[in-house]
Amino acid sequence: MSNAPVDHGRRRFLTIATSVVGGVGAVGVAVPFIASWNPSEKAKQAGAAVTANISKLEPGQLIRVEWRGKPVWVVKRTPEMLETLTKVEPNLRDPGSEDPQQPDYAKNQHRSKKPELFVAVGICTHLGCSPTYKMNDFDAHVEGIASGFFCPCHGSTYDMAGRVFAGVPAPKNLMIPPYMLSENDTVLLIGADEGTV
Amino acid sequence: MFKNLMSWIEYRMPFMEKMNLHVMQYPAPKNFNFWYFFGSLAMLVLVNQILTGIWLTMNFEPSAERAFASVEYIMRDVDYGWLLRYMHSTGASAFFVVVYLHMLRGMMYGSYQKPRELLWIFGMLIFLVLMAEAFMGYLLPWGQMSFWGAQVIISIFGVIPGIGEDLTLWIRGDYVISGATLNRFFALHVIALPLVLVILVFLHIIALHEVGSNNPDGIDVKRPNDGQPVENNVSDKFTFHEYFTKGGKKIIVDAIPFHPYYTVKDIVGVVGFLLVFCGVIFFAPEGGGFLLEPPNFEPANPMKTPDHIAPVWYFTPFYAILRAVPDQLFGAIFMFLAIIFLALLPWLDRCPVRSMRYRSALHKWNLVNFCISFVVLGVLGVLPATPTYTLLAQIFSFTYFAFFGLLWLYSKNEKTKPLPVRLT
Repeated sequence: MSNAPVDHGRRRFLTIATSVVGGVGAVGVAVPFIASWNPSEKAKQAGAAVTANISKLEPGQLIRVEWRGKPVWVVKRTPEMLETLTKVEPNLRDPGSEDPQQPDYAKNQHRSKKPELFVAVGICTHLGCSPTYKMNDFDAHVEGIASGFFCPCHGSTYDMAGRVFAGVPAPKNLMIPPYMLSENDTVLLIGADEGTV
Repeated sequence: MFKNLMSWIEYRMPFMEKMNLHVMQYPAPKNFNFWYFFGSLAMLVLVNQILTGIWLTMNFEPSAERAFASVEYIMRDVDYGWLLRYMHSTGASAFFVVVYLHMLRGMMYGSYQKPRELLWIFGMLIFLVLMAEAFMGYLLPWGQMSFWGAQVIISIFGVIPGIGEDLTLWIRGDYVISGATLNRFFALHVIALPLVLVILVFLHIIALHEVGSNNPDGIDVKRPNDGQPVENNVSDKFTFHEYFTKGGKKIIVDAIPFHPYYTVKDIVGVVGFLLVFCGVIFFAPEGGGFLLEPPNFEPANPMKTPDHIAPVWYFTPFYAILRAVPDQLFGAIFMFLAIIFLALLPWLDRCPVRSMRYRSALHKWNLVNFCISFVVLGVLGVLPATPTYTLLAQIFSFTYFAFFGLLWLYSKNEKTKPLPVRLT
């Protein structure tokens, strides 16, 4: 043992330096543990965006695309269908889509990027059944309205923009997924709205 | 021979020394009533959960494909599997029963007050971990209520502005609740949280034995020794560990050794508890749909939500507060505040008198108000959210929080009764 006096400044410096290096190491070690909770590559693959060719979609026609295990509807609405969107508004629960059931760019009357093209998750917001598309015979459910969506499970009704009617079990409008279109509007990408198609 | 062995051990590890300190020579106030059963009962239930839990993992398969079927397998084909599972599922509810009564005891007799603040905080941490443990355990049978209950609770984190969506994705490990979620919840439920729970219980008891047990009179049994003899002091008959007498500086008044007096008394509590516990296990293991909910007898189906989702009864008071607030984010905030305020009790209560026995009538009525609010919120949390029930939930959420506000206001200058000099 040497009898040199204790250098407190030096001791403090070494204590702090050791703590800082150790702390950085601890944070570094925490990274893999925390990151391993992110969705795995397999889960990401299963949840990735899907594309659909919509160049041959006829006016009034509905196609179903599967995205993350759910049916997504793509409908090319006719001008008559778009006209009814104003007409039904007094009977809707949330005509202005105040509930965040859609991306911001779909928070409008037609709840879509392009007025004629309707994209929505076809799952009733009540108990998760998939409603039926009533192209011409919707007036059996809502008088005077030719087209809409009707849920056979508990009778919920939605207009041609997926907005729920008042007085039915479903509480919210249909969910609009994020999506984008290719430049010439022929390819639809569901599940992402940034980058290119 | 045995004596030699014991001293051989004692020389290398202070086993008897620690047993004396914490059990045989620990001074416990002589006036504990039945409210003091629930701490030891909580430990009994913890042992039950760990033991039955270990045995359940021997046959349970934590995967989305096999979880539901393996629980059915345990129930039908494993010898006494049904009993182990019912002991575990009933034990979860029993845990909350005894913990809620244990907490109420602390509130009635002011056991959270100085110097027991840290003891109370450890208790609240145990309560939080217990809630996480129960929630994750409920996902494991992979029934409809497991799935949708988890869906609702995890989406509560989604309301946090900015990071909410990413946070829920990170918790689930998938875009929907899936096998990935089930597996991580299994790992946390059987390893991580029980480990934390046992450590917290250990710290809770260490903190308790440092400051000493409170009692229904809320006065101290350890006093500075002024050399004056104390009349009729039952403690004179016993030897207490010198750690508590501080070498004669402290005198112990009206306390008895924890063992054998309270170990024997707690056995009475255990027998009473087991009567009820076994009654439920053998005659009503589903508890009328409150302990095991009917939709959970159907495998999880992400495409179909059950008609009515309600959490298990022990979460419903907080769930009712969540639903009572019209805004999602504020609902979640108020739900967490309901628990935070409990943890802050040592600082909200500014009255120097601990036990409600010697406190004002206002304080007693306020405690009654708290109990009624908590129970009514619990009932409302089970019921569907109709406008009438929502209004009621709002009223009783208000009275729940009013308990804390009022306590803070009146406790500063509360009119209290004189404290007794000795335990009654």
